Amino acid sequence: MKALSQKRRHPLAAIALLLMGLLVTGGLYAVATTVNQAKASTSFSANDAEEGGKLFAANCATCHGMGASGSQAGPSLVGVGAAAVDFQVGTGRMPMQMNGPQAYKKPAQFNEEQTHQLSAYVASLGPGPSIPEASVLDGQGDAANGGELFRVNCAMCHNAAAAGGALTRGKFAPALSGVSEKHIYEAMVTGPQNMPVFSDANIGPEGKRDIITFLKQIEANGSPGGADLGALGPVSEGLFVWIAGLGVIIAFTIWLTSRTS
Amino acid sequence: MSAVSTPNAPAFVAKTKGGRITNFVDERVGGSGMLREFGRKVFPDHWSFMFGEVALYSFVILLLSGTFLTFFFDPSMAETRYQGSYMPLKNVEMSVAYSSSLDISFDVRGGLFMRQVHHWSALLFVASVSVHMLRVFFTGAFRKPREMNWVVGSVLLILSMAAGFTGYSLPDDLLSGNGLRIIDGVIKSIPVIGTYISFFLFGGEFPGTMVIGRLYMLHILLVPALILLMIVMHLFMVVVHKHTQYPGPGRNDGNVVGYPLGPVYAAKAGGFFFIVFGVVALMAGFFTINPIWNYGPYDPSPVSAGTQPDWYIGFVDGALRLMPGTIGNWSVEQVWFGQVFSFNVLVPALVPAGILFTVMFMYPWIERWITKDDREHHVLDRPRNAPTRTAIGMAGFVWYCVMWAAAGSDLIATHFHVSLNDVTYWLRTLFFIGPIIAFVVTKRIALALQRKDREIALHGRETGRIVRLPHGEFIEVHAPLDEYKRYKLVGFESPSPLPAEPNANGVVDKKEKRRAKLSQWFFEDRVAPATPAELEAAHGHGAHEAIESGETQKTLSR
Repeated sequence: MKALSQKRRHPLAAIALLLMGLLVTGGLYAVATTVNQAKASTSFSANDAEEGGKLFAANCATCHGMGASGSQAGPSLVGVGAAAVDFQVGTGRMPMQMNGPQAYKKPAQFNEEQTHQLSAYVASLGPGPSIPEASVLDGQGDAANGGELFRVNCAMCHNAAAAGGALTRGKFAPALSGVSEKHIYEAMVTGPQNMPVFSDANIGPEGKRDIITFLKQIEANGSPGGADLGALGPVSEGLFVWIAGLGVIIAFTIWLTSRTS
Repeated sequence: MSAVSTPNAPAFVAKTKGGRITNFVDERVGGSGMLREFGRKVFPDHWSFMFGEVALYSFVILLLSGTFLTFFFDPSMAETRYQGSYMPLKNVEMSVAYSSSLDISFDVRGGLFMRQVHHWSALLFVASVSVHMLRVFFTGAFRKPREMNWVVGSVLLILSMAAGFTGYSLPDDLLSGNGLRIIDGVIKSIPVIGTYISFFLFGGEFPGTMVIGRLYMLHILLVPALILLMIVMHLFMVVVHKHTQYPGPGRNDGNVVGYPLGPVYAAKAGGFFFIVFGVVALMAGFFTINPIWNYGPYDPSPVSAGTQPDWYIGFVDGALRLMPGTIGNWSVEQVWFGQVFSFNVLVPALVPAGILFTVMFMYPWIERWITKDDREHHVLDRPRNAPTRTAIGMAGFVWYCVMWAAAGSDLIATHFHVSLNDVTYWLRTLFFIGPIIAFVVTKRIALALQRKDREIALHGRETGRIVRLPHGEFIEVHAPLDEYKRYKLVGFESPSPLPAEPNANGVVDKKEKRRAKLSQWFFEDRVAPATPAELEAAHGHGAHEAIESGETQKTLSR
């Protein structure tokens, strides 16, 4: 105690205090928001659906039709469930920037509350996959089992290292690093864009939890062998050895032979 | 050793201890004679002459790092459960080969670094062999007396690909297993005997439990031994033939201008080994290669997106990707006599590579037959001075590159946001017209460069200084070249087409006529080097030589 009272006039004391204050506030805020989110994702109020309906009419109905019944430009959304909306709007894929083979991920256009309201509205139109509960998103499953499931079910499009891959006619399977646990789960249950639906009969919630655990674990592991060159396999390795490896060596050969001329 | 030395008194006693030891060795094995012979070997200095050395050094690195890896690698395909320290694979069922590769990566001290050194130097080995061959081709270094060494080099290229592929398959991860599956498919597409060969190779149906052990033996025993043998032959012939040199003043087919091996080149070469080792070590330390832990154990059912072979097998994979399954309504896969003939696999896997390697092996003889050139050549051609050969080389190179690019068609599609189908269509088109465009463009560029050389040789370098003459005309002053630089521009051969000649019986046979046609094609477009007379004429105008540049129209002989 004596040491503490002696050190309180240390020039760095103010900075330390400030840091502690920021950490505590930030930590509490983070806890508070996640608590709110967990609560919010499971229940929709009638007001949410009503507000969502207004947002839908203003932003989505041009393509998806009034009452989300679909049009020439976009499919009906009756029965796609809250999970589909939360994924498409939450990752910024919807509203779509332009028509094309596939909607690109971009900064989300709606905030969390609006996304929540839109989900509530679409969920009110008909039963569909709901937003996953936090218990399957905790990343505490069996990574090894998740890896096997991933290689058998996902790697043919998303690449074994989840680096993404090409599909036909401009479509593609995106890379999965940086995608939130919730969005990965929602993608599996709703099958956005060209992705097939992996229903609970196909891969159970536990299996999905394992896959998420695997993906998050390889993302956290990083690349043990150094820079991963995009995790794209032998193509980027070949490109690297030709351009960087041989390039440096050619520079050395020119240096070695330039002294005598 | 003098002839009068008596048994008791040696003729020469060295003053120092080191000298006495050296003398002891020399008296017994005659080392000084060898050293004198090799130490005086002269090597011309040019950066493009060093790729063969890079290949040799990466091979040495491969031997060293590979030996380290054999201490820990177990090629068994017995099943086990992984218990090492990489968590995402904990308890996963896999082969001992894959498990030991993972152990090398995560549980052997320095193992991952050595694995990456081995793999990076393998990529560098084949790359430097390829660049070395391109240099030899484009400078005409394969001509007499070096045709056989060209063949040995081509064999080395194929062996290095074989070494690379057998090594790529060893970890038994998903990526290498997918690669082996493609090889298995290609083998099985060979009519009649394909299935038997596949069963023989894999010891039963793919993947079986034998193949990794067999590939391991090939990879660490047979292939490196053959490579070593070929390297010895290759270097022996380099010593016998002496090194080629680029054209220059004082250089001709009877001499080699450069520095002797000892001490200058020995020091340079020794230092260069450590430079190559250093570059490989830096790459291995900072950039991951073949992250086998990402791919998981091999299982015939999953196939990962972005599965490619290492770069040197890429062109075969690319050809497979380019091949359509049907052409119009005609299916490339045919059923004859109740048997399936998978030409959609057989043709792309074997035909382009077959053409490429056949032409590569035979090229020295093809050119020799067309040109009837039976002289020894020790002075190299500048690529521009052999326009047709350079154009042929570029056509082949572009053809290779189109197939090579096709192996990465999916990554081209995702990274440039274009349709995979369109990439394939474009590459299919380029497969046929790319070499033609490359031939024409390269030949034109080579001829244009020759014309530029001729112009500079005759009229000197443009100085950018504009002078107004008394009568009002403006001219740009051209500075004449010094003799050494001019020699480089005029000192080359430019043969004209060799017409058909009658044989011993006085008959011009069909083959000879065909040869004459090819000779016409090979040499008809040419820019003759400036002759001494032309130079005389161009320089005879003295001070105002540049004024008359309109008068001495360059003569483009056809």
